[in-house]
Amino acid sequence: MIAPSFRVNDADNSGFVVELSHFTGPLDLLLSLIRDEQVDIYDIPIARIAEQFLARIGSLGLDEAADYLEMAARLLRIKAQMLLPRADGEESWEDPRAELVRRLLEYQQMREVVDLLEHRGESRRHQFGRRWVPQAVDIMPANAPLSLSLGELLAAVDRVLRTTKEPTLHEVVPRSLDVAGAMGTIRALLAMRRDARWSDLIGNDAEPWQILSVLLALLEMAKLGELRIAQHQPFASVEIMRDAVSEAA
Amino acid sequence: MTPLAKLLEAALFAAPRPIPLESLASLDTESSPAAVSAALDELREHYDVDGHGVELVEQGGGWQILTRAEYAEAIERAQVAVRPQRLSPAALETLAIIAYRQPIGRAEIEEIRGVAVGSVLKSLHERGLLDIVGRSESIGRPLLYGTTPQFLEQFGLRHLEELPRADELAIALRGAGTAVIGSAAEDDV
Repeated sequence: MIAPSFRVNDADNSGFVVELSHFTGPLDLLLSLIRDEQVDIYDIPIARIAEQFLARIGSLGLDEAADYLEMAARLLRIKAQMLLPRADGEESWEDPRAELVRRLLEYQQMREVVDLLEHRGESRRHQFGRRWVPQAVDIMPANAPLSLSLGELLAAVDRVLRTTKEPTLHEVVPRSLDVAGAMGTIRALLAMRRDARWSDLIGNDAEPWQILSVLLALLEMAKLGELRIAQHQPFASVEIMRDAVSEAA
Repeated sequence: MTPLAKLLEAALFAAPRPIPLESLASLDTESSPAAVSAALDELREHYDVDGHGVELVEQGGGWQILTRAEYAEAIERAQVAVRPQRLSPAALETLAIIAYRQPIGRAEIEEIRGVAVGSVLKSLHERGLLDIVGRSESIGRPLLYGTTPQFLEQFGLRHLEELPRADELAIALRGAGTAVIGSAAEDDV
């Protein structure tokens, strides 16, 4: 049994490509089964081959590749059609396998050409020709003078501007944070009380810039060793304490 | 060597690609095509008989001077030149179909190979082995693909006709009439 070996290639986003090193597609796999079983391509025992095809794509992990699944479905349909009763002596009976046989032969024929190309390509690879890479032609030297008048240039700019859409602008109001001010407030509060809560520092109607200022101030002060911040469990109220060490100092 | 043979040698040495016979003939308007052919034979013999490291080869729709196969390994080992990469089996299958059925659309290739070929077509196109040669008149006007002179060159083919005709292949299709197969053999269901 051949070990499954995949190369997943979605680098260029052209879809999910599964390439199996041993089989180039469902027809290839089917042909190899037919060879292994030594059955006549014009008289394929569909039930047996369909079963083995399913088993093989299962063991190769190919049962999710659409191309293989499509072939599996086709085989099962042919198997079902073969089971249909047909009147004795009916001459116009069309073998449900005919289309599959035609495709297999066509595919096999193409594989013969592949062998030929491979052979020819391999012998050609043993010969080198001269390689001459033409230098890229500079269409416009970098410092070439412009051969048009100022009026023409401005007219061109005007045309470009006319065709471009009015850009949609968002007005961004600058609101600088006041970290130093917030630090002052916190220091004043901690001078009166030993500890405080987050909610003590932020009023109910605080604006985003104020909240951010207090947060940055707290972090800055914690870094400086002026206070300690603790939260005893997730989502609990944040406790802010004077730092014992800096107090002692 | 005759002056014409020397002129051809110089032109072939300067060219990065096989040069078609017509272009070689235009090098010297005084010489007849027959004289050019004779001069090419002379040059080829000169390389073969006197013992040269290169040979004159007709392929890829023209004539080209190539190194002899026996020196390939030494040349590559010394990294003087690099061989083109081998193509994957999937790429070869796709090329084989296009070579025989061109101009051909993607859907038809996929029908024969039984798998999607979009990314293979893209990489073959990037390698310059196939080209878009037109659009089909059928629904959606799909692109049609064909092989390039570079394809012939890379596979050492003189022209497309050098590939065996479809009916010369060992597994020749039994015409279009294979759809109905004579005896309805019993299946082992």
